[in-house]
Amino acid sequence: MAPQLLIVLVFFFWPAITALRQSLYVQDAFGLGETFAGLANFTRVLASQSYHEALFNTAIFSVSVALGAMGIALLLATMADRVLRASRVYRTLLIWPYAVAPAAAGVLWMFMFDPTLGVLSRALAALGVHWDFRLNGHQAMALVIIAAIWQQMSYNFVFFLAGLQGIPASLLEAAAIDGAGPWRRFWTITFPLISPTSFFLLVMNTIYAFFDTFGTIDTTTSGGPGGATRTLVYKLYQDGIVGLDLGGSAAQSVLLMLMVGLLTLVQFRYVERRVQYH
Amino acid sequence: MVKGFRSIAGVAALSTLALGATPAMAATEVVWWHAMEGSLGDKVNEIADGFNQSQSDYVVKPVYKGTYSENLTSTIAAFRAGNAPAITQVYEVGTATMMNARGAIYPVYQLMADTDQPFDPAAYLPAVTGYYSTTDGNMLSLPFNSSTPVVYYNRDLFEKAGLNPDTPPTTWEEMAEAGKKIVDSGAASCGFTTTWPSWIQLENFAARQNIPFASEQNGFGGPSARLTFNKSEAVIKHVQDLIDWQKSGVFAYGGREDQASPRFFSGNCAMLMASSASYASVRDNTKNFEFGVAPLPWDPDVIDQPKNSIIGGASLWVLKGQEDAVYQGVAKFFNYLSSPKVQADWHQFTGYLPITDKAYALTREQHFYEENPGTEIALKQMTSGTPSDNSRGLRLGNMPQIRDVIEEELERALNGDKSAQQALDDAATRGNELLEQFERSVS
Repeated sequence: MAPQLLIVLVFFFWPAITALRQSLYVQDAFGLGETFAGLANFTRVLASQSYHEALFNTAIFSVSVALGAMGIALLLATMADRVLRASRVYRTLLIWPYAVAPAAAGVLWMFMFDPTLGVLSRALAALGVHWDFRLNGHQAMALVIIAAIWQQMSYNFVFFLAGLQGIPASLLEAAAIDGAGPWRRFWTITFPLISPTSFFLLVMNTIYAFFDTFGTIDTTTSGGPGGATRTLVYKLYQDGIVGLDLGGSAAQSVLLMLMVGLLTLVQFRYVERRVQYH
Repeated sequence: MVKGFRSIAGVAALSTLALGATPAMAATEVVWWHAMEGSLGDKVNEIADGFNQSQSDYVVKPVYKGTYSENLTSTIAAFRAGNAPAITQVYEVGTATMMNARGAIYPVYQLMADTDQPFDPAAYLPAVTGYYSTTDGNMLSLPFNSSTPVVYYNRDLFEKAGLNPDTPPTTWEEMAEAGKKIVDSGAASCGFTTTWPSWIQLENFAARQNIPFASEQNGFGGPSARLTFNKSEAVIKHVQDLIDWQKSGVFAYGGREDQASPRFFSGNCAMLMASSASYASVRDNTKNFEFGVAPLPWDPDVIDQPKNSIIGGASLWVLKGQEDAVYQGVAKFFNYLSSPKVQADWHQFTGYLPITDKAYALTREQHFYEENPGTEIALKQMTSGTPSDNSRGLRLGNMPQIRDVIEEELERALNGDKSAQQALDDAATRGNELLEQFERSVS
């Protein structure tokens, strides 16, 4: 068998099938006994209010992170593309955050925004903003979104920059001679030409926001306060690893896989139609 | 792509790897998984070394496995894979999970009897061992690191606010008055803050005021226990007080676990409710002011004499599936661990409570409490009076999650989303779902 297939089999299919099986059973943590529960785990998860809240949080979080990280990255890439001197230095600095481990990045932001000791919360206090993300759910959500965007922005930046550099200069120059301003040039030439990159990044950013933000959330807010920053993947961790509710967390992981599969399908079906490959 | 799946499989795979390589040795190896990091971890190694040098038949091998919950998850994964360690350290909230895993655990009282080791349950402090014993007094796990909440206060800020630093507040009413004076005088922007909100403000509040936290003797009677704290007027009033105090500055919420400590260290809050085991950390972080230690306040309107506070921390569980020789080693090691010398040293070094009367007496003889004022407060608070059904501790399944639920609802009450009654009702409803789920999984 091809080695890559073997890897997929061991690291994806085998655990996926185990999870699927586990989601149909109620089991004690030590595995001393189990009873078949049918779809009871699923109905319990789907009926629980905290699951609905986590779903809502995930929607807010993912949309904000995907749009924020892509928007800022595109802006920076457009500007970096025009820099003539020391462009390498700028680019290196902008790519840097991607090399920081999510947990380290989370701790970094947590310290800067710490309600009593943080540099930024003192600055906010001077502006008259009462910053306390340990109690204020909206502020906590804003904090994890900022931290996640900061992490993902660099990744997007690299792809956007490469996309921008692939656009022939002659096209833009011709448009400029015809009297098109920078804004118009961007929307009628640049943006359609980088649409394949944007689409790829949309899919990647959604997956990032859904799965790879665990470390960031864990180190900044741990899902709190009052569950305000508990996303689906964080809830899965809390119920499965901390709470040892194996059946329930297996059901959640099956649901999560369905959701992301569906989302990717929708993106390919509807968003990709607008993408112009060249 | 799907991380959720991987992490579950990963835990199992990693723990199998960790145990795969066991070198062959003449002495019988006793593996001990724990969650003590930093200087506590060094101390654990020191204790194991001390035991290993005291005899030559057994070698205790401590292995640090991450946080309490990571250690528990690893232990369970290893047990399922047939590779469990002989001893594992489990936090107090995991007690019900362990206790109900009858096929997996080897109760300590039974181990001591089977191995013919001298073992006198009466030598242990009942307020500490009660948490880990059956209702008829049989010890299931050996208490290792137990602590109880106390109040640390800033003596300098007390003086600045015109309060006598030698008479810290003892009741909640005095606490509120002192807090008000501190804020009004401008000595600090907040009166007190708390670490571990559920443990200190609900679990211990209920114990000290002799209020049932849950039915079935707080769960000691069996897994059919359900939360009852929301039925108590005193608990509702206490949460309402916290909400009001949060507004007036008497109290400031500082987050879960020990996230609130910096507020006290920085002089932002004049008092801190925290574990007695935080003594060393408080001492090291308060170099620029004098601090004092006081007992956890109580409410004279509810009870004439406060009950003992309840413990937190962890105990050592023995797992099934080892050879008899290993269990001999475990029993010998537990005896060594309970000896007054080892216990007194551990107690004095860490601030955790000693587990035997003799270790307590030895520490007193060594004049430790006189030289380190405030360190005996926790013990006095623990050992005054006999524990009642409401102050023996909690034995509730899914307790780690129940604590999360309680803290979430407390946060919602404190940030104005819910009333005290509503938050407590919701916490009880959600917590009871977890208890029902636990009951189903063990029956």
